[in-house]
Amino acid sequence: MTLQPKPPRSRLDPEPMPRRDWLGLSGLWSMGGALLFGMFGMLKLPKAAVLASPSKKFKVTLPETLAAGEAFVPSGRSVAVFRDAEGVHAISTICTHLGCVVKPGAEGFECPCHGSRFHHDGSVSRGPAPRALPWLKVSVSGGILTVDEGTTVPSGTKVA
Amino acid sequence: MNPASFHKDALREFVDNLKTVPRRVYETAFRGGPPTTDRTRSTFVFGNVFLHLHAVRTHRWSLRWTTTVGLGIMSVSAFLITLVTGVMLMFYYKPFPEAAYGSIKDIHFVVPTGRLIRNIHRWAANIMVVAVILHMARAFYTAAYRRPREYNWLIGLGLLVVTLGLSFTGYLLPWDQLAYWAITIGANIAQSPREITDALGITQYFDPGGLQRLLLLGSDTVGAEALIRFYLLHVMILPLALAALMGVHFWRIRKDGGMVRPADADERLNRVRNEETYPVFTEAPAKTYHLAAIVRGKTSVVGRGPENTVPSMPHLFYAELGVMMLTLLVCVALALVSDAPLKELANPSVPENPAKAPWYFLGLQEMVSFSAFMGGIGIPSIVLLGLGLIPYLDRETEGTGEWFGGPGGWRLVRFSMVIGFCTPILIESFAIRFGWLREWFPKIPQLIITCVNPATILTTVYALFSIWCIRRYQSARAGALGLFTCFLCGFLVLTVIGTYFRGPNWVFYLSPSDWPKH
Repeated sequence: MTLQPKPPRSRLDPEPMPRRDWLGLSGLWSMGGALLFGMFGMLKLPKAAVLASPSKKFKVTLPETLAAGEAFVPSGRSVAVFRDAEGVHAISTICTHLGCVVKPGAEGFECPCHGSRFHHDGSVSRGPAPRALPWLKVSVSGGILTVDEGTTVPSGTKVA
Repeated sequence: MNPASFHKDALREFVDNLKTVPRRVYETAFRGGPPTTDRTRSTFVFGNVFLHLHAVRTHRWSLRWTTTVGLGIMSVSAFLITLVTGVMLMFYYKPFPEAAYGSIKDIHFVVPTGRLIRNIHRWAANIMVVAVILHMARAFYTAAYRRPREYNWLIGLGLLVVTLGLSFTGYLLPWDQLAYWAITIGANIAQSPREITDALGITQYFDPGGLQRLLLLGSDTVGAEALIRFYLLHVMILPLALAALMGVHFWRIRKDGGMVRPADADERLNRVRNEETYPVFTEAPAKTYHLAAIVRGKTSVVGRGPENTVPSMPHLFYAELGVMMLTLLVCVALALVSDAPLKELANPSVPENPAKAPWYFLGLQEMVSFSAFMGGIGIPSIVLLGLGLIPYLDRETEGTGEWFGGPGGWRLVRFSMVIGFCTPILIESFAIRFGWLREWFPKIPQLIITCVNPATILTTVYALFSIWCIRRYQSARAGALGLFTCFLCGFLVLTVIGTYFRGPNWVFYLSPSDWPKH
């Protein structure tokens, strides 16, 4: 009697996976899945739902003597407030390049960190800043201004 | 058995045992006997968890001063010094904005030896950065990254990144003006992918930059959340990462066959001095075995003792101890003559002017002053990618273990240095003298400046030069030599410009004495 070789299995009829291999693989995959799932949970932790940052809105009263085109910088805020015949407006003084505080001057704003310069309307005149300084929302009630650092308005929006 | 006599015998035995405890402790600690002969020293190294990071025997080529210049050990020593001094500083440091500055002042002016410890910590950190960069240069110029050490080169790059990360996170902790504004700039560099997403108008849908900054600061301003995060990174996450990577790095050195050496190292050593390789084992082994399947490298010749190796203990250990002591000496000496800086308390409404990052980031800051994204993220990523690819593109074998790859290499490196130094100086001079695109065309789209600025042009010139080297010398190694040399020179030039020639408002001044007074 000769030993008959088994007919070769085809691609459509592969060797069945041994039970031990199947158990091992499912164990590995379930561990991987659990780790991945846990990882997603852990990755959510560093991003707080509520940011611990100071209030964006603040009230300010402009001094009577403030000349047109002259900047008023409320203490502790990175905002320059202007008043002229058309009304008041506020421009953020945080440089759009890397977040230094720009200084308002006679020729616009200048940044001490990397030399960006901005025109009076906040648009970039030179340096590495990629965007214009944003104009911020101002509302007036009874001579008291409320500036909202969190809301930008189109350049040129002045409030009477 | 008589209980009384049993009791007496056991007691005597107990007392005898007690008397011999010190000797037994010694014997159990040094199981192979005291490390006094070559054989017992070898057993000692082999059986000690810390020492066995080294092989029992070291090739004499590895002990040559010019093989490593001791830079790896110097980096480790500096790390250990920062570790010890850092833990000591943690006794007093308080990571809260209201208390941090005061606690550093206390450490500096009140705590006994506090000033010295802080100075040593700061100098060791600086020395670590220098040593790591030079160590990378050494590994590159001796082609130590080649097969089978490719992967360890990547681990080394990881160590470089973590080392820079440790330095940067430590920079914020004093909460002075320097720290506050360096971190503001750093966090905004993390945010700078917005430069691209803004230009494409997709920031509101896809904002990786904003997310990076948020995760780094834990808030949208640099405040208490940012401080505690940097503190956590500095004292826990990054040191653990560094230690883990260091373990892998050392392990791989052994598994990859020790220090790189030229193929003809043995002949060259024998030509010089033969008498130093004395037979070590009194009974010379008839055969040596090499775990050829596990340890990379050539199998020793059977029938002879190991060639050109000397016992690691004491030869290698003395050399390492020497480098460690030297590093410590330099740190302490520098700490005695130069104090770590402490500026005024952080003031979020008035930036330091000029606001400068630590010196090793000033090259980046110089590039950032043209485009935040390209200088801060784009080009550093390209450089890291290029460095990581080197071992996988240069698969040549000629000149491995030789400084600059043998004859002709040094000439190529010198030529590359000319290119590497002149290009950034020319480009910078042009940009300083004539300004850049924004000054000529105020309405130009930001995307063009992001792509075409002095930093990207410099990178392109270097890349083209490297390609020219590959064609001219018909060798990928030549291209790598050119590019790496250019990269080092560019780093140096930009760092020097950022350090010495940039004054208030990042304006170019030939000397700090020309800075405007106020």
